[in-house]
Amino acid sequence: MDDYILQLDRIEKSFGDVKVLKGLSLSVRPGEFITLLGPSGCGKTTTLRIIAGLEKPDKGKVYLEGKDVTNEEPNKRNVNTVFQNYALFPHMTVEGNISYSLRLKRLDRAKIKKAVSEALELVQLVGFEKRMPHELSGGQKQRVAIARAVVNEPKVLLLDEPLGALDLQLRRQMQTELKRLQKHLGITFVYITHDQEEALNMSDRIAVMRDGKFEQIGTPQEVYDHPKTSYVARFVGSANIIKGTAYNVNEHTVVFKNDAGIGVVAKYSGNIAHGQKVTVAVRSEHIKLNLVNYNSNVTGLKGVVKEKTFAGGLLQIIVALADGNELVASRHGIDSSLVPGDDVIVTWAPGNAVLVDLEGAHEKETI
Amino acid sequence: MKRRLFECFSLAKCVAFLAVLPLFVFTFIFIIGPLVYMLVLSFLQRAEVWGVVNKFTLKNYIDIFKPIYLKTFIESFKLALTTTFLIAIIGYPFGYFMAKLDGKWKKRMMFILFIPFWTSSLIRLYGWIIIFRANGILDKLLMALNITDAPLKLLYTYPAVVVGMVYALLPFMIYSVYSSAEKLDWSLVEAARDLGASSLQAFWTISFRLTMPGLLSGVVLTFIPSMGLFFIADILGGNKVVLVGNLIQEQLMKAHNWPFAAALSVVLMILTSLMIYIYRRISNVKELEGLV
Repeated sequence: MDDYILQLDRIEKSFGDVKVLKGLSLSVRPGEFITLLGPSGCGKTTTLRIIAGLEKPDKGKVYLEGKDVTNEEPNKRNVNTVFQNYALFPHMTVEGNISYSLRLKRLDRAKIKKAVSEALELVQLVGFEKRMPHELSGGQKQRVAIARAVVNEPKVLLLDEPLGALDLQLRRQMQTELKRLQKHLGITFVYITHDQEEALNMSDRIAVMRDGKFEQIGTPQEVYDHPKTSYVARFVGSANIIKGTAYNVNEHTVVFKNDAGIGVVAKYSGNIAHGQKVTVAVRSEHIKLNLVNYNSNVTGLKGVVKEKTFAGGLLQIIVALADGNELVASRHGIDSSLVPGDDVIVTWAPGNAVLVDLEGAHEKETI
Repeated sequence: MKRRLFECFSLAKCVAFLAVLPLFVFTFIFIIGPLVYMLVLSFLQRAEVWGVVNKFTLKNYIDIFKPIYLKTFIESFKLALTTTFLIAIIGYPFGYFMAKLDGKWKKRMMFILFIPFWTSSLIRLYGWIIIFRANGILDKLLMALNITDAPLKLLYTYPAVVVGMVYALLPFMIYSVYSSAEKLDWSLVEAARDLGASSLQAFWTISFRLTMPGLLSGVVLTFIPSMGLFFIADILGGNKVVLVGNLIQEQLMKAHNWPFAAALSVVLMILTSLMIYIYRRISNVKELEGLV
């Protein structure tokens, strides 16, 4: 328990009749970059506000460095937040904003000045001391907000979609910079985003959130390659979800069938019984499409090419399966010779398919 | 040259000009005209019996420095300061916390604050007479509670005038503070708390600083009228409290010394304009909540 810098223990929170958090537990190690990933409205920001102390949980406990801080005021917690809208004080200069927490601590002037200039150097805004917030661009405000939060040397830095308001190019740049900053300072980051790419790029661990609960907590690789639920597979990897019934189970693979045909999926764990309903996730880039005319002996799921679209450097082929469902196959480049109306057999390498939504797939609600 | 003239009178410009014309006419007839008239009047002499003589003089302005009139100015200033100070102390928290209420209660409070305005302010002042007069409601209440033994006879005293003034002008402060507290971004207060400020520190360094324009415009809105609300001093103060407003009214209606009344008004206007100027300088707020 002492190894963790931050712990949430079965946090519950309701606003009026709406239950926003339904028993969240999370343990964060010192120096970790952990991302809460989920769509808007899933309770990410509320979780962050509870950690900061701006909101009190109805049930559950918050521990900082092993100490119960559930009922501590926000100013008594060594945690700082970078707010989504930056929340820079409009009546103070950049220097005034950054030095705010230090002035509250009544440090002497020379110390404050030194700390402020170091913080500005850190976020590459030297020379902006006397600017007012309204004279800054979005990216600069962002940097000031970060400098203001880290100058206090918090144990944990909370970031609420800090890059949400920036354009794509600046986002990419800031992602790299934030990661560099976090390594350099060694501060634990709890980062909120709804952008899975951002989460995969930056995090040491990702906690995928859905509807007030953690769906899966793991490294980016685990979450991406071995999603435990169809929700995670879809949200993080934009995977196709295929349902069927197991009819041939051996040590390493499960063969399943549905109205469109049969599929094979690698088995990593769990007991799959003959006749059991299974859900399989396959990412679109792993889907193979075999034209029926030349490969009639291939077994797989039968379907018809419905549509081809080209977006963001990816060719996307939408296939209507014989059982009425649709799936998406994607390719780099535009070399596919398939045209809408072609009959295809859909296959994939068994190792690229994952069994999801197995019993006990959800995160346990204990520490 | 001719072409230019036509350009000036293009249709769009012509329409725009006609649209704002009534505004200019109104401003001229009802604001600039009377001001100029008052200024001119203040440099003329009073006629023996009625009206004015068109002869230039500075006597009206010199007269203001007579001790008796000067004292009235100082008294008015003191009363206005007291009134404004009390209003700020009561009105600021009122407006501030009203802005923090949730939507439904905000509307209700607003409604409650507005109700008294449906009655003439004069009639409401008579209400204060009933409360303040010897053996009136207040005296009876205080005696019934054994706080005082004999009637206080508060009517026609200085405190009665102050209460009347505060009562009449308080809503202006409340609205003014409310409107600026309403615009306050509460996430800034949260940010301050997050950065280590206690709730009092966060209020002082963030909320109070950012609602200062509302407080200052409230001060201007209450201080200036309280220099001139002569009828309150008349009704609640009897003849004991004489303000600049009373003086002007007296000179105009009773003494029929219009030029002197005009000179007093001009000086009062200059003083209040000066106040606004000073406020703008110290508050460094370009726009006092749309007031000046």
